Amino acid sequence: MNTMLALLLGARWLGARLLEGGLLGRLVAAAAPVGGLPDPPKVPPSPWFWMPNSASNFASATDGMFDALLWISLICMIGLAYAMVYFCRRYRATSREANEPALSQVDHSNTLEVTWSIIPLFVVIGVFVVGFKQFVDLKTPPRAAYEVHATGQRWKWGFEYPEGLTHPELHVPLGKDVRILIQSVDVIHSLYIPEFRVKQDAVPGRYTELWFKATQVGTFPIYCAEYCGTSHSDMLSRVVVHTPEDFKAWVAEEIRKIEAMPLAELGELTFNQSGCSTCHSLDGSPKVGPSFKGVFGRQEKIFGQGTITVDENYIRESILEPQAKLVEGFPPAMPTFKGQLSDRRILGLVEYIKTSASTGEPVPKSAAPGSAAPESKDAPPSNSPADAKGGHP
Amino acid sequence: MTSPSATADVLAPPAESDSDNYLTHDKGILSWLLTLDHKRIGVMYLMCVMGAFSLGGLFALLLRTELLTPGRTIVEHDTYNQLFTLHGAVMVFLVIIPGIPAALGNFVLPLQLGAKDVAFPRLNLASWYLWVTGALFLVVSLVTNAADTGWTFYTPYSTTTTTSVIPALFGAFILGFSSIFTGLNFITTMHKMRPPGMTWFRMPLFLWALYSTAVIQVLATPVLAITLLMLIVERFVGIGIFDPALGGDPVLFQHFFWFYSHPAVYIMIVPAFGVVSEIIAVFSRKRIFGYKFIALSSVAIAILGFLVWGHHMFVSGQSVLAGTIFSGITFLIAIPTAIKVFNWIATMYKGRIHLDTPMLYALFFLWVFSIGGLTGIMLGVMSLDVHLHDTYFVVAHFHYVMMGGAVTAFFGGLHYWWPKMFGRMYDEKWGRIACCLLFVGLNTTFFPQFILGTRGMPRRYYNYLPEFQSLHQLSTMGAYMMGIAFLMVAVYLLRSLRKPIDAPANPWGSNTLEWRTVSPPPYYNFHDTPEVAEGPYEYADWVYDKRERGYVRKASIGS
Repeated sequence: MNTMLALLLGARWLGARLLEGGLLGRLVAAAAPVGGLPDPPKVPPSPWFWMPNSASNFASATDGMFDALLWISLICMIGLAYAMVYFCRRYRATSREANEPALSQVDHSNTLEVTWSIIPLFVVIGVFVVGFKQFVDLKTPPRAAYEVHATGQRWKWGFEYPEGLTHPELHVPLGKDVRILIQSVDVIHSLYIPEFRVKQDAVPGRYTELWFKATQVGTFPIYCAEYCGTSHSDMLSRVVVHTPEDFKAWVAEEIRKIEAMPLAELGELTFNQSGCSTCHSLDGSPKVGPSFKGVFGRQEKIFGQGTITVDENYIRESILEPQAKLVEGFPPAMPTFKGQLSDRRILGLVEYIKTSASTGEPVPKSAAPGSAAPESKDAPPSNSPADAKGGHP
Repeated sequence: MTSPSATADVLAPPAESDSDNYLTHDKGILSWLLTLDHKRIGVMYLMCVMGAFSLGGLFALLLRTELLTPGRTIVEHDTYNQLFTLHGAVMVFLVIIPGIPAALGNFVLPLQLGAKDVAFPRLNLASWYLWVTGALFLVVSLVTNAADTGWTFYTPYSTTTTTSVIPALFGAFILGFSSIFTGLNFITTMHKMRPPGMTWFRMPLFLWALYSTAVIQVLATPVLAITLLMLIVERFVGIGIFDPALGGDPVLFQHFFWFYSHPAVYIMIVPAFGVVSEIIAVFSRKRIFGYKFIALSSVAIAILGFLVWGHHMFVSGQSVLAGTIFSGITFLIAIPTAIKVFNWIATMYKGRIHLDTPMLYALFFLWVFSIGGLTGIMLGVMSLDVHLHDTYFVVAHFHYVMMGGAVTAFFGGLHYWWPKMFGRMYDEKWGRIACCLLFVGLNTTFFPQFILGTRGMPRRYYNYLPEFQSLHQLSTMGAYMMGIAFLMVAVYLLRSLRKPIDAPANPWGSNTLEWRTVSPPPYYNFHDTPEVAEGPYEYADWVYDKRERGYVRKASIGS
């Protein structure tokens, strides 16, 4: 009994260490701009051992199914372990020389075979029926849902709200049915929100959908779950659940902010939102594309076209026709942003790259309240500045 | 008639077996490269598969080392993506698919049939050369600009990436034919070359398993070949089959791919069932329980395995109706699988259990395969799969089945047949130590990944959120343990080859035919074609002889 208790306590202790992330310590505190966000999302602590926090209408059904199967599995495994250990001890041969025959040569029993076929059959039929019902729920969005369009693109998510706002984060009102219509502009991605227990592939050439009703105010990570290349693991975002009033206020504020922004600030926002930071660093280290540190006015060797000076027109052309003049040594990986960015945003980007991205000076912040960061005020405080400035891993 | 000659084989003087066995029958490298002897081809497969396994294992260790920390630990993200692609492709196409059927099966199948060789020895050699050619293409891809698509080659990523996907695809295409040829050969051999008295239901269960496997190899692999060819055509010629930019359908590729690759999962695991059936019966000294149920459940799994591919695609945008049908059939497969596990356990009941290394591997298999199977049920539930799909839960599940199931059974079979293949006993003590270390290492590596998965960690991630770090580190520690265990196995197995031949004809007291000839077998396998008058699991007539250090058949039995 004491042994059991000690084992249980030991397992609890180990489990806690594991889930807190303290086994060998954090060898590297890595936080880099990911998926068009200035800092990576955080996983909020979960009250469960197996599952993450439950924040949508689907969590209880999915977790209930998991728990039921976990218990069935545990019973099976305990039975199996007991039989294996017991038989090996009870029927262990003493030695080869002893030539002991088996205690029984009974080699079939139709009753047993039927029993251990029928019982699992009934179990799996039950599991199947319940799983089917839950799946139909997952796949049937209510008619009057609030609709957000999600677009997957290497390597960022974009969310377009019916009010005419595009944002790299998904913000939703608490307790309202939300339907996400998903598309991809390049390869297959998959929109995954563990805390909501929902996931849906984004397939180029067609729309897919998922829906949920958030049941908890908070911020939860969004992942890309379908492998999509180099920075697949940085294609993250976050979902922020507001109370309905806060949500309305957030949308209005975001729209107002963008309209009022000075050019360089709009450029910085666009730099973060449009996924530029996934491939272009600000600290001089080359990533998929050249770093923006000191880029303006620099002489660049262009693949097959000699040398040019980086000026406003070159930056504009690189945003709209990225393959036209490639800096030597970098792959033709950049997608075009033609038709995706407004003229003012492109001008903003040019201004931003020309000034602060190139020089390393911070963008002068306008006095307008709330316009400093692309973050929502509901978002949790981001990691410490030291972390956030760390180079790309 | 049979028994005296069988006894004579067993008691053949060691001097004679030394001078002529299949290993010493011909000399020189060409006598190996041009051999038509199934045993030598089996040994060549074994060496190649082991080489590929070391390579794939090295990739795995690099991957796990990279995952010690979020962000960069030892390699860049592109290198990481190439490493997991190669790890998957090498382990699936070069190791697990040919592992048991081509390496162990080639050696054992004709011997278990009391035959001189397989039905088509030249085709057999050709399939080995195809394997080598396919492997070379994968290596070419490796040293040029290795593919970074994942072993699943999902479109449209695979049609647009700049890495050298085509050599890798072509390699897999060629390896498919190697697999088809082996399957054809085995089916024909089992239909046409069973010895007198061996009815279908007197075949060892390993042969039933190989038969079911061969049927899948022959029927499913051509679909993969066609799919890969279509992909090559799309990349080369620009015909839109899968790429939506060209008017194709990317999900169509997933259907084609899994139409092969789900049955291929059974190509990997069904032979493992066969090996485990042999080992558990022999080491329990008892007739296998529910012979017909085990044999026919292999066939049932082979057939049902063709109808479940869509369970890889519950979140791909496939219709609810399709998902429902695939999920339902997936659950049906649980039944024949459960039947096998119950029958193996029942075989141990009231047996006389010898816990030698092969039996330890079989018990190891029972434990980890059951975990793999039960988590498979969880993934088969559509609603739960929506959460778990493409997370580490899936990674843990299939490693429990593929590594814990197929690879464990392969190593169990390797230890079981090692004395027959090379005529030497390996070091039993080290065998048990390595097996136990492997067991601990495997569970330490993959169990934390279940927790990572349920908590939402997606697979194929180079970078991860710091909240997941401890579980990743624990998993990496387990991988190092497994690396050490496999190194130990390699050392004691290779060391055993330096000894003079010391293995008896039948060290474990098995009643299948391969143990009726000396170890290692002579070039022609048997002096006389053995006749079979009883089932393969009758152990009453085999008694342990101390002088032989193995089992001999009581001379009194008549056929």
